Amino acid sequence: MTAVRVVAAVVVALLLQSVLARLAGEAAIHVDLVLVAVTWVALRFGRVSGVLGGTLAGLAQDALGGGVLGIGGLAKSVSGYLTGIVGTQFIVTQTVPRFLVFLGATAVNALIFMGLYVLLGLRHYDRPYLDVAIQGLSNAVIGVLVFEGAELLPGARERWRIRRAYRGKRRFR
Amino acid sequence: MALPDTRHRARYLFGAVVVGHILLISAQVSSRSGPPLLQAALMATLTTAQDAAWTVVGGVRTVWDGYAYLRGVEAENERLSRDIVDLRLRLQQERASAGTTDQLRALVDLRARVPWTTTGAEVVAGSASPDFRSITLNKGRQDGLQPDMPVLAPSGVVGRIVLVAASTASVQLLIDRNAAAAGVIERSRTQGIVLGNGDGTLRIEYLSATAEIQSGDTVVTAGTDRIYPKGLVIGRVERVERNGPTYRSVVIKPVVDFSALETVLVLLAPPPPAPPAMPAKPAEGQAAK
Repeated sequence: MTAVRVVAAVVVALLLQSVLARLAGEAAIHVDLVLVAVTWVALRFGRVSGVLGGTLAGLAQDALGGGVLGIGGLAKSVSGYLTGIVGTQFIVTQTVPRFLVFLGATAVNALIFMGLYVLLGLRHYDRPYLDVAIQGLSNAVIGVLVFEGAELLPGARERWRIRRAYRGKRRFR
Repeated sequence: MALPDTRHRARYLFGAVVVGHILLISAQVSSRSGPPLLQAALMATLTTAQDAAWTVVGGVRTVWDGYAYLRGVEAENERLSRDIVDLRLRLQQERASAGTTDQLRALVDLRARVPWTTTGAEVVAGSASPDFRSITLNKGRQDGLQPDMPVLAPSGVVGRIVLVAASTASVQLLIDRNAAAAGVIERSRTQGIVLGNGDGTLRIEYLSATAEIQSGDTVVTAGTDRIYPKGLVIGRVERVERNGPTYRSVVIKPVVDFSALETVLVLLAPPPPAPPAMPAKPAEGQAAK
């Protein structure tokens, strides 16, 4: 069941990212919804899911973008693994720690991805710090919102069910 | 043989994944050809899903534009009569339709100008990663598309096809960090390599130190890279920075608005070579002599 959730999260994020890129154009480069999904998966289900989710997501992005297959996969796998470790070693249930984890995951992913491309002499980055910082902040804000939403959802459903049952009882009185 | 401790399962898995990725990267970097089978399989699966997702989004947009948004306008403007709202909506639809017609007309004009065999395609998805600048087209191998075919918009060069599935294709935009094209400054005929900066701009490198370049110069394809035909507009020089006698950076603004691409033209095959010039036939009388 966890595997299905991990795959579903990654696939949905991939589709959302490509739709966002189609709708928002240039602005879409400042957010990586797929990395948000991998980080969420790693925090929610642990480091094994983080590694597998990261591998799937990164390879898919490499394949669709026409880059070297494996660089994005490696970057996201490491990012997912480290996030999973952080999630098990520390209490990451508050907004600020979660925000920092998403920020850190973006930094690790960017460091490995850009580093490997530069090492292999395939790409050139002039001043990537600002871009990475903006993407980190966007990812962190979206990631925190995803967590808040995912946690609010079961409670909201339960409250709606109770309210519905209460109304039903009143009608029969 | 003892099985590995389950507590260390994650570490072993992580190690295996890292080694697998490094081997995969090494195979591609050393051979420069890559594992096309895996890449093509992944791409075929995902682009089909992207196409389906875009169909769903298009449907939702249609419903939103045609119904939900209209209801919102009605709520805000209760005093407006339904006829006026209907007319406004119809006007908007007509304008949108006219816009699409203009785009298609520009594409048809381009098709007539380019001597190559071409096919039009619709953009169904953007890039699935912010690190790559690519688009997905709704045409693929079935329509005759192949890797390295150039893709154009009415205003200029869009990019080249990098991966092809049965009914979809992925196009690497010229602004991608991995993209390159042989370019030439139209005014001075200075040649160089145009590269993507990844931020929506381009740069030209490997220029001669004596080259004469000014802001506003038009950059066109040189036709020497065996992908893009000669003379297609790439962009205009936006900024020139010199470091002594050499050029430090020449930034180019592409002429194509990559965020507004809806339909593109794929160049399928170059025009057939012109028949070699035949020597003039001598007059019959002269031949008899």
